[in-house]
Amino acid sequence: MTVLENYLKPHAAALQLRQQRMEVLASNIANAATPNYKARDIDFASEYSRALSGMGSLASTNKVHLTTVSGGPTEMLYRQPISPSPDGNTVELHVEQLQFAENGTRYEATLQFLGERIRGLRSALRGE
Amino acid sequence: MAELNIFQIAGRAMSAQQVRLNTVASNLANAGSISSTADTAYRAMRPVFETEYAAFNKNPGVATVSAVAIERSQAAPEKRYSPGHPLADDQGYIFATNVDTNEEMVEMMEAARQYQNNIEVLATAKSLMLKTLSVGK
Repeated sequence: MTVLENYLKPHAAALQLRQQRMEVLASNIANAATPNYKARDIDFASEYSRALSGMGSLASTNKVHLTTVSGGPTEMLYRQPISPSPDGNTVELHVEQLQFAENGTRYEATLQFLGERIRGLRSALRGE
Repeated sequence: MAELNIFQIAGRAMSAQQVRLNTVASNLANAGSISSTADTAYRAMRPVFETEYAAFNKNPGVATVSAVAIERSQAAPEKRYSPGHPLADDQGYIFATNVDTNEEMVEMMEAARQYQNNIEVLATAKSLMLKTLSVGK
């Protein structure tokens, strides 16, 4: 089971993070006209490596230590606006649209990779 | 608020923009309204947008928007001397609305654009979800 899990995990974790980032970017786009709203984003690279390494959880060096939940909440960053608007809103629509489009495309790419892996597994199982 | 998925985020934002478009339509419809006192003159309406966050610990940074109130513009209505007007007061003055037509047009364009942006978000999310359903086939 773990072999299968390790085989699919890199793409599954990426897909999950992409989905989460898509929600954050959608929130930014939804709040494009809200005064004082600060645009948020996720640093995909660092969050991804954290998800894969299982970092963020505490090492248990003794049997009596309580087990910790791995991962923890995603670190949310604030976007630095190129030209801030006077109402305190830091959403710049073109930036958010660009990020959203990029994120969607990368989601699709990951989906493709994951599909290929599953197809590969299937054909290996069938022995065709 | 308990939970927000991407459809709720974009859907609520569209509702908020819809409220904004409605106020613009009301303002433009009343752009030529005349009144006999300053108090009863039509004043331009604007929605107040506020961020609505999802349950914080679960989905940090996920938020949508809602129009929490509609405020009236505080700008003074235009006082015009027109003694022949049927609505003119004792001194011959009428009071026109404080609606700025150019400002309303800009507001309308912006609301429509942002509505469209949210539709794009919905369309992208939907197509990606459908593709995810057929992964590995």
